[in-house]
Amino acid sequence: MADVNRGNRPLSPHLTIYKPQWTSMTSIVTRLTGNALLVSALLVVWWFIAAATSPEAFAIADWVVTSWLGDLVMFLSLWALWYHTLAGVRHLYWDTGRGLDIPSAEMLGKVVVGGSIILTILTALILR
Amino acid sequence: MAFLTDRKRAAGLGSAKDGTEHFWNMTVSSYALCVLVPLFILTFGGILGAPYEEVIAYYAHPFPAIVAGLTIAVGFVHFNMGVRVLIEDYTGGHTRQTLIVVMTCLSYTAMAIGLYAIVKLALN
Repeated sequence: MADVNRGNRPLSPHLTIYKPQWTSMTSIVTRLTGNALLVSALLVVWWFIAAATSPEAFAIADWVVTSWLGDLVMFLSLWALWYHTLAGVRHLYWDTGRGLDIPSAEMLGKVVVGGSIILTILTALILR
Repeated sequence: MAFLTDRKRAAGLGSAKDGTEHFWNMTVSSYALCVLVPLFILTFGGILGAPYEEVIAYYAHPFPAIVAGLTIAVGFVHFNMGVRVLIEDYTGGHTRQTLIVVMTCLSYTAMAIGLYAIVKLALN
C-alpha cells in the first residue's frame, strides 16, 4: 500500500514551473552569453587571419564584421562579454564565501545586469 | 601506499575521481580574463573598422599583439572548459563524447589560427 499520495507530492523545481528570479535568470544568461560568445570569437579569429593573409582577404572579413549585421553581432557580443565578465567576477566573489545570502545574491544579479549595460554603452561610445 | 593514512588516500577523490582541477583551472583563467578582456575590448575595439594599413601597423606593436594573443589563448581554453560543462549537463553517451571532442578540436584550432595570425602580424 505504498505511494498512496500519488499526484499530490511536492514538485521538483524546474525551469518551466519555477518562478523567474534574479538569481536563476542571471545564472542562465551567464551560461548563454559564455557559449554564444563563440560566434564573435570565431569572427575575430577570421578577421585576424584575414589581416595576416592579404589586403583582399582582409577586405572581405572586415566588410562582414563591420557590416550592419556584423555591427549588431559585435555590439551584442560586447554586452555579452561585459555581462559574462561581471557574472564571472560575481562567481569569484561567491567563491570567497561572501554574498551568498538571498538579498545579497539578488542585489549582485541586478549589479551584473545594470553594470553590463552601462559598460557596453560606455565602451561603444568611447570606441566609435 | 602503506605510508599514507586512509584520509590522505581518500582526499580529493569524489565519485568522479577528479573535478577540482576543472574548477581551479576555470578560476585561474577567470582571474586572467578579468584583466585581459577589458584590455582586449579597448585595443581591438579601437582598431576595428580602421583601414588595412592602420590595422597592420597597429598589431605590429607589442602591447596590442600580446593582449590579443593572450586573450585568444586563455579565452579559448576557458571557453572549451565552459562548453564542456554545457555538453555534460544536457547530453549523454556517444553524443556527449562526440560533442566534447568536436568542441575541443574547434577551440584549439581557432586558438592556433588566431595565434598564428597575431604572430605573423606582430613580426611583419
